[in-house]
Amino acid sequence: MEPIQITNILYLFSAIAFILGIKRLSHPKTARSGNLLSSLGMLIAVIATLTYPGKEFDFTLILAGVAIGAVIGLIFATRVQMTEMPQMVAIFNGLGGAASAFVASSEFLSSPNSPFIIVCLSVFIGSLTFTGSFIAFGKLQGFISGRAITFKGQQAINAIIALLSISIILAPGLFFESSIYAGYLNAFYIVIALALLLGIGLTIPIGGADMPVVISLLNSYSGIAAAATGFLINNNALIISGSLVGASGLILTNIMCKGMNRSLANVIFGAVGAETSGGGSEGGKEINIKSYSTTEAAMILDAAEKIIIVPGYGLAVAQAQHVAREVAESLETMGKKVLYAIHPVAGRMPGHMNVLLAEANVSYDVLKDLDEINPEFEDCDVALILGANDVVNPAARHDQSSPIYGMPILNVDKSRTVIINKRSMNPGFAGVQNELFGYDNSIMVFGDAKDMLNDLLKEVKEL
Amino acid sequence: MQIDIVSLITIFILAVFVGNEIINKVPPTLHTPLMSGSNAISGIAIVGAILAILVDGGEISKYIGLAALICATINVVGGFLVTDRMLKMFKKK
Repeated sequence: MEPIQITNILYLFSAIAFILGIKRLSHPKTARSGNLLSSLGMLIAVIATLTYPGKEFDFTLILAGVAIGAVIGLIFATRVQMTEMPQMVAIFNGLGGAASAFVASSEFLSSPNSPFIIVCLSVFIGSLTFTGSFIAFGKLQGFISGRAITFKGQQAINAIIALLSISIILAPGLFFESSIYAGYLNAFYIVIALALLLGIGLTIPIGGADMPVVISLLNSYSGIAAAATGFLINNNALIISGSLVGASGLILTNIMCKGMNRSLANVIFGAVGAETSGGGSEGGKEINIKSYSTTEAAMILDAAEKIIIVPGYGLAVAQAQHVAREVAESLETMGKKVLYAIHPVAGRMPGHMNVLLAEANVSYDVLKDLDEINPEFEDCDVALILGANDVVNPAARHDQSSPIYGMPILNVDKSRTVIINKRSMNPGFAGVQNELFGYDNSIMVFGDAKDMLNDLLKEVKEL
Repeated sequence: MQIDIVSLITIFILAVFVGNEIINKVPPTLHTPLMSGSNAISGIAIVGAILAILVDGGEISKYIGLAALICATINVVGGFLVTDRMLKMFKKK
């Protein structure tokens, strides 16, 4: 057997480890071992590469790079708070994209005869993922406005950048002295610059509530970039793993779009959540709200038998997941049934609420998804809404003029009483006022989720 | 090395199908770990980065390779560790 075949067999093992590793993620019981298996697959791939036949590696430099990367990765992974997980995933996506783009650049600069289209495809997707992810990170972290940032001609500019990039990639000869390396080199630099710009241009108009879609999409891009780089350097490990991640990201993107009943194109180009002046369907409608104290809310909960907690991004911002669990436990010890309703796009990334509540030690079998929980609201006494807004807005069911019309929502209004905790009357990220707040069976308890729940916990314990 | 583009495309397409099959079975509860775990897998670019750091390679491409290696290692190490941290918390009472 030739040495290169041994390398490729090791790559095959690592691919199998990734596939089985992801497969084990289909149940919380096996998920942790699945992740371990995937990381083992990565180790095999690295070892196979370090023994690649016919290559003389600069081991000092490799060791230095791995050491620096490992330390930074370790610090990130251990320091990050669970509420900041969307930002973390965004950063990692961006670095993955950058890594692929760097690999492709290095390959092109050392062997100019590399197929130019594949070089460009790989640096293009990689660079776009990089800036797109960092803009997403900035929005989630609050460095730049989380709202959709739009300006006139924005989409035309993006379209021009995209078209220009495609023409340069397909026919660099039209723009530069053809077949001369210097011409290709210029085209290469311009493609990178355009991709970096396009990453910013495509992410900046996306509002906070649409973040789950963007994060999943960038996740997919980081995989596709790796696969493209695999084509360039003729490496099976990159192609297989890259396509797995690409597929995973696309499926999640699709699930998130379905969760909002919007097409991917609408999410990317729709710019829902921009600062609108006055407009909006509910703009003129007055709603009368009833503001209650936590004492009164506690009395309502005391009389209830079945309670469904609906967490949203506000819960994450207030870091109130632990105290929410304590309230739920107190209610359970009083003999009440408590469930959690998780909307697919609650929070800022797929599964965001599940991770937060898992951190707070909530058993995963009381976390119910949309289809499971909606029939439960019919005989529910109290729906307790903690920092969720658009995902519980009944306008999505009947108001055709609403931007969220058609989005599958949690039917909290079917409960006997709806208790809504909010900081203030500001509309949600979609920029829509929620008619639920004015319903006869709705009461509002204003305040920071954490403070409110702490008060509520005291009240409930005194009952 | 002769690059056989057809077999590479075959591998790519089949891997996408496998990905579709297994990922559709992941429940919503585990979507965040799926994302961060699969993201760590996309750090496979680490392989390409190592292959770019050769003794006889040009200085520029070597140092670009180093940049790739650092990014990819952060992605891999951070990604797997943070996924493990999350998965540790998923418990049933």
